[in-house]
Amino acid sequence: MAKRGFTPGSLQRERRKQRLLRTSMYVFLVVSSLPIIVGYIWLFVGAFTGNLVYGFVPEEFTLKNWSFLWKPPSAAWPNIWRTFANTVFLAAGVTVIMVVVSTSAAYVVSRMYFPGRSMILASTLILHAFPAITLLIALYYILRALGLLDSLWGVILVRAGLMVPFGIWVMKGFFDDIPWDIEMSALIDGATRFQTFWKVMLPLVKPGIAAIAVFAFMAGWAEYIFLVTFVRDPNSWTLSSYINAIIGNYRFTNYGLLAAVSLFYMFPVLLFFLLTQKLLMKVTVGGIKGGR
Amino acid sequence: MILILFFFLAPVVITAVMGFTNMDYRFQWDFIGLGNFYRMANDFLVPKILVNTVVYTFGTLAIFNVTFGLILALLTTSISERVGLFFRALWLLPRFTPPVVYAAIWLWILSPTKNGLLNGIRVAMGLKPIAWISEFPWGVIIVTNGIIGASMGMLIFTSAIKAIPRDYLWAARVDGASWFQEVRHIILPLIRWPLMFITAYQTLSLLTSYEYILLITQGGPFHASEVWSLYAYNKAFSAYAGTYEFGYAAALATVLVLIGTVASIAYWKIFRFREMMAAPRIEVS
Repeated sequence: MAKRGFTPGSLQRERRKQRLLRTSMYVFLVVSSLPIIVGYIWLFVGAFTGNLVYGFVPEEFTLKNWSFLWKPPSAAWPNIWRTFANTVFLAAGVTVIMVVVSTSAAYVVSRMYFPGRSMILASTLILHAFPAITLLIALYYILRALGLLDSLWGVILVRAGLMVPFGIWVMKGFFDDIPWDIEMSALIDGATRFQTFWKVMLPLVKPGIAAIAVFAFMAGWAEYIFLVTFVRDPNSWTLSSYINAIIGNYRFTNYGLLAAVSLFYMFPVLLFFLLTQKLLMKVTVGGIKGGR
Repeated sequence: MILILFFFLAPVVITAVMGFTNMDYRFQWDFIGLGNFYRMANDFLVPKILVNTVVYTFGTLAIFNVTFGLILALLTTSISERVGLFFRALWLLPRFTPPVVYAAIWLWILSPTKNGLLNGIRVAMGLKPIAWISEFPWGVIIVTNGIIGASMGMLIFTSAIKAIPRDYLWAARVDGASWFQEVRHIILPLIRWPLMFITAYQTLSLLTSYEYILLITQGGPFHASEVWSLYAYNKAFSAYAGTYEFGYAAALATVLVLIGTVASIAYWKIFRFREMMAAPRIEVS
């Protein structure tokens, strides 16, 4: 047994042990994160090179993978810019509907008392737990009956509808934090209920709106399962369907094209992510993101 | 509210009812009683898929969503704040990557040709390429889903660890506790509730998630990585089988909901969530 106490030797030993522990933590983190790091680096490298030697050594710099920007890789495929516009339309549509519906609904449940209020709140939580697969089949039936199959509107409505409960809970939290007095004084000054909501309350919950808008946009932008299930018409493709088709047709062959289109698709996400990751982490903890 | 009613309540009811019909691509309501459930009991694939589902759900849950999420949370809170934040952001990135792009990355890493990463390394070392996806379908779906799943546990555990008063940890350190002792005797007991919550919540999420499996292995080879939810999806929408058996698929989905409900009740009982709810956290009325 080593002698205990604060001799210079024991302090040094302690410090060395600390450093060893810390170093091993870093090593573990780096090693376990390797698949993620390497994967995303590949998106960049693979998009600008031809075939990689041994799968990972870049040989030459080339822009030929990007020719999809002006010429579709297969004659049956739509123009990439049309696909891009569809993706923006989908993401924007989901964002607008989700923000408008959940903000107004959250204001109502946060501020007004009416019979069935607690039931509505509880039911949004319960419904949140229903898995997408159980809904998918029935939604297919409903959309078909409404004539919204093969149309982006169907996907927008479904995706926004699925995200609204999450939005209501997040926004309700923000509305609950605003003191009643502020609203009272507006009402006493002669504002109508709607004016109060529009001019007084909304500016106060701007951070909440920003948070759910970012979430809705990212979800709409990345939408995959509803899209490939409900939309087959190439004119309504988004970038998700486009890459899905590349994976389907060139599985394991044209990695350059795959990387280039993926990077094109990822670019707004990466930008958004870098700008808002702190916000995202907070909201992900507060409310629970749909899907998983 | 109409939107919610329309896209939640109606589908749930329609699915449940559809489970008792023989609906196919013609969309006719032919009621066949319990026919679909008899068929399910005799479906030779069902036992295999049940095993797959259990292995996949609890494998991913145990290895990644809980254990790895916890390790990440512990490590990133123990090192400097800036580096910790960097790694947390890195692990969060896959969750926000469009599923097709995430799948594309894995298809490259696991490619059976020598153009993929792992096989490229094997070829460079003079070995033969391996068809990773068809050789190790379970490993592939567990790892690919787990890397996404771990981030959720990581975030919740991180905020739970940060909420622990620093005094406790300082007191332990003054008493000469090592890092492992700190984790074992202070942090773990204090984040018991979040640990249980993640276990329960992620079980349900994993039971019903199939997006990434569909993209990466397509449930193959020969149903080796097909889980219950994917099976239901394939029965209804699969392009290659071209069956459109909506009735049977709806019955499968209904059973999945039942399994999920039973699992939630079991967790509720085992973990005694009622005690947690007793603390007034959410104002409901």
